[in-house]
Amino acid sequence: MFAYVVRRLGATIVVMAVVAFVVFSLLYLTPGDPAAILAGDAATDDDILRIRAKLGLDEPFFVRFGGWVWALLHGDLGTSIFTNLPVAHLIGQRIEPTVALTVCTLLISVAVAVPLGVIAAAKVGTWVDRAVMAFSVLGFSVPVFVLAYVLIGTFSISLDWLPVQGYRPLREGVWEWFRHMVLPSTVLGIEYIALIARITRASILDVLAQDYVRTAQAKGLSSRAVLLGHALKNAAVPIVTIIGIGIALLIGGAIVTETVFAIPGVGRLTVDAILRRDYPIIQGVILIFSGAYVLINLAVDLSYMYFDPRIRY
Amino acid sequence: MTAIAIDSQPKSVSPTRLRFRDSFRRHPTAIVGGVVLLLMILIAIFAPWLGTIDPQAVSPIRRLKPPSGEFWFGSDMLGRDVYSRVLYGARVSLAVGIAVALLSTLIGLAIGLVTGFIRWLDAIVMRIMDGLMSIPPVLLAIALMALTRASVENVIAAITLAEVPRVVRLVRSLVLTLREQPYVEAAVAAGTTMPRILLRHILPNTVAPLLVQATFVCASAMITEALLSFIGAGTPPNIPSWGNIMAEARSLFQIAGYLILFPGIFLSLTVLAVNLLGDGMRDALDPRLARRM
Amino acid sequence: MIKLFRSTGLAFTAAVLAAVLVSGAALAQQKVLKFIPQADLRILDPIATTAYITRNHGYMVYDTLFAMDAKFQVKPQMVDKWELSKDRLTYTFTLRDGLKFHDGQPVRSADCIASIDRWAKRDALGQKLAEATESWSAVNDKTFKLKLKKPFPLTLEALGKPSSNVPFIMPERVAKTDAFKNIEDATGSGPFKMVKEEWVPGSKVVYVKNTDYVPRKEPPSWASGGKVVKVDRVEWIYIPDSATAAAALNAGEADIWEQLPPDLIPVLAKNKDITVKNIDLLGSMGMIRFNFLQPPFNNQKMRQALLYMVNQQDYVIGIAGDPKNGYPCLSYFTCGTPLSSEIGAEPMKGKRDVEKAKQLVKEAGYKGEKIVIIDATDQPIVHAQSLLTLEMLKKIGLNAEIQAGDWGTLITRRAVKEPVEKGGWSIFHTWLVGPDMVNPAVNFPIRGTGEKAWFGWPTDPKMEELREAWFNAPDAASSKKAADAVQKEAFEFVPIIPTGRFILPTAYRSNISGLIIAPINLLWNVEKK
Repeated sequence: MFAYVVRRLGATIVVMAVVAFVVFSLLYLTPGDPAAILAGDAATDDDILRIRAKLGLDEPFFVRFGGWVWALLHGDLGTSIFTNLPVAHLIGQRIEPTVALTVCTLLISVAVAVPLGVIAAAKVGTWVDRAVMAFSVLGFSVPVFVLAYVLIGTFSISLDWLPVQGYRPLREGVWEWFRHMVLPSTVLGIEYIALIARITRASILDVLAQDYVRTAQAKGLSSRAVLLGHALKNAAVPIVTIIGIGIALLIGGAIVTETVFAIPGVGRLTVDAILRRDYPIIQGVILIFSGAYVLINLAVDLSYMYFDPRIRY
Repeated sequence: MTAIAIDSQPKSVSPTRLRFRDSFRRHPTAIVGGVVLLLMILIAIFAPWLGTIDPQAVSPIRRLKPPSGEFWFGSDMLGRDVYSRVLYGARVSLAVGIAVALLSTLIGLAIGLVTGFIRWLDAIVMRIMDGLMSIPPVLLAIALMALTRASVENVIAAITLAEVPRVVRLVRSLVLTLREQPYVEAAVAAGTTMPRILLRHILPNTVAPLLVQATFVCASAMITEALLSFIGAGTPPNIPSWGNIMAEARSLFQIAGYLILFPGIFLSLTVLAVNLLGDGMRDALDPRLARRM
Repeated sequence: MIKLFRSTGLAFTAAVLAAVLVSGAALAQQKVLKFIPQADLRILDPIATTAYITRNHGYMVYDTLFAMDAKFQVKPQMVDKWELSKDRLTYTFTLRDGLKFHDGQPVRSADCIASIDRWAKRDALGQKLAEATESWSAVNDKTFKLKLKKPFPLTLEALGKPSSNVPFIMPERVAKTDAFKNIEDATGSGPFKMVKEEWVPGSKVVYVKNTDYVPRKEPPSWASGGKVVKVDRVEWIYIPDSATAAAALNAGEADIWEQLPPDLIPVLAKNKDITVKNIDLLGSMGMIRFNFLQPPFNNQKMRQALLYMVNQQDYVIGIAGDPKNGYPCLSYFTCGTPLSSEIGAEPMKGKRDVEKAKQLVKEAGYKGEKIVIIDATDQPIVHAQSLLTLEMLKKIGLNAEIQAGDWGTLITRRAVKEPVEKGGWSIFHTWLVGPDMVNPAVNFPIRGTGEKAWFGWPTDPKMEELREAWFNAPDAASSKKAADAVQKEAFEFVPIIPTGRFILPTAYRSNISGLIIAPINLLWNVEKK
């Protein structure tokens, strides 16, 4: 297993190197010019040229790429062109809301979706099952922001139960933090819940058809014991896989959610940076996202060993 | 956003058309989905004859009027007719969805087939695909849109690029399994050339799962287009698409909710229809897949 | 990377610990003003950029030598007394007592001179002043002199310029930074101090009251007068989605919203605790800008043709939504200011004349060249104008199209001088706040210096002559005459087409009072109950 982990980590590095190169090249080719944006509306051509020179934007590709990689290896993610603050600092400031949102969404989604899927599987063919499946298809079909506006309109404005926007850090109180997380997590999680519920249902149905389940039932175990004791654990592998893959979806959806709910997270930071052509931030964030994604999937793969003892690396 | 790779047991014999239609009939929701989709496509094609006016004609004096006899779906912030924009918007949204589905399937198929067989290429390409997949799709699309100017073609290209890796994954897993089948090994032993093997044995067995995947990609692409427009990196604003009609009106949802309601309903219905269609097709083609998904 | 992981790891552990202890910490009884700004603050250097948000930040943390009041008079601010020599070539300025920077250092002449010097390198009016300047010299720490080569009647107007770029006074060490490089140090001598550690770019900026600030005794009027801060802390909370911002104000999660889209007024009007008011009486001016290097708008007749088509009423409604907040303004100078008039504006008056426009187009010899309007979909004011112009051009039968992107793309693309086939442009739209168009000095769009001019690069030597004449006008009457001549030329040459004047209202909750009526949102004098 150790060798497996080492190999996977090695592959991770290769993947991230590819990502780094792709991202850097894309940005290099971009027609947007941070110098022009920096200079402001009344600037002249001269102004822009001088700013470009100061930022070193005219140096050849490999000089800039090499410089960036060198700094990276020293733990320096670069400095934002606009704010002159270190990229690591900017990301560090904004990572808590995004992680909180993602974790909250994950917990809520799994907590809701897995039982839903189990129930649907247990009652396959009945109206309960159909209702769950219908809901899940609906969950993929409504765009995130439409849902967000409807929920804000209902819960924040009409009913005044929950706050409209913003984020309260954990250190300012768990209750306030939670109140601010409920709506965004729900909105972000709907699609995720739909997905996980489906996979759970399908996976459990698959397992229930297996021989050893019939044996357990013949032995006299109650259906609930069968369901929870045997089926769920064995069905876990595809479920956990989907959770891993879904992280990328979550991050994507977080961008829109953060914009609508004015949550100062990394998603919004990235979109703003892209629109402003603040290259160092874009490079740094994408690198971190893909690193996180790959590592999470490694963790998911390793978790298979717990759920299915037959799997050994 | 649900283009997931399925690991399926392929058939050595293609499903017959009869069985397909038979299963289909047993899934009324899929039929409903198909009908709704057809309806939307017809609306898109015949939009100019369905009581619409120029979707780009502005009339600031008549802005933000609620639905009435003059403006069936109301008028937007520049006095444009929402009904006309929604109907014409079907063209762009459907075009994006279908084009992305087609392109990503074809490109993904090509790459997947090749890498499935040529091992050294496989390693390189899969690392690149992994890399692309690890960048959240919306982010990748935004970044690509930021590189170029807003146009329907560029949106299609950007979303396609984000969806291709998943298709490649699917095709590759199919090819890998198929490669081990006895009849394929026999063909190789008999000296059949690579292209022939690909065409006669592998390709037909990929059609079914790819078709299903394509519908999900279509649905996902339509939603992604809406998200991109919301962020401001989507289709050009004067050409209506369901996504950008909603995006332009987003700050007005409390005073002119109909601006978001109508395109939102059309978009959700269409995506729903495509999803149901995909479900139905999958059930029809391989009931075992149904339980897995 | 390691620093990042460590810091986030620590932050998270601390957060979890705090959660276990369950605080809900009550902040000390501080008056905190929550303000939703028009944009997010990214650049801290008000000299390096003309962006209004950075200018507003400047007004929080810096102070100026002179400042303009509501009657357009320039009044001393940091300066205690000043003298002009009889030959009008030497100004002597003496600073007030008690002026200190946020780091405790007193404000000295050297700081002022270095700051003005840096400002003059970027600002157009500053450059004019620099041309006329022989030298600046410090007599002592509180007194300094400006020696001119020739009389420059606009000296005080320059030093008290209300909008971008504002000649804010910075410490000498900061002002010595190259004028093309952004400063990072926000130390100033203004009524607020920026708490840089709490700055989250794109989300939050925090200021605290500068308890060492010595305000003038006069009541505040625009940027002049006493800057008395009546709250302890100000938080700028940037909310990008305007529906969310409206909801936040409604729910009391914010106190003031700097500029709201007029369409959202009904949403806030329902709430008895919220007042929507036009704080800015000057408003802003929208405009259509041409590319003078490429066909078809390198032809004066083509531009003039559009004068007969532009219906400012349509534009202001498209931008402002409400007739109360948008008015036609048929002038190249901000309506409501001394130099504004309707001289030369005949083509824009009265019923719109499609036939005349088509005739002028024919006379210009238009051969169907493609017209590209570059649009920014993330700027509602720019976006609305683009769509209206497109429709207008199509009505005359011109071959026009919109190419949309975001503001960043627009700004980059408009620097391209090539033909449209090679990525160039024909038209773009933008807008400027009132103070930026009050006179020929600050009004940069009308300048005709060709390659060195603002994007579009018009060459209009006659305009430059008339501008010089205005600069040299000795008194108010001749200044007005000179300005009228400038405007007449503008309506002939058509450097831009003004699309009207609009006011973006401010909204605030009922427990807020003391908002200064000014074209800039100034936060001293504001009280929160």
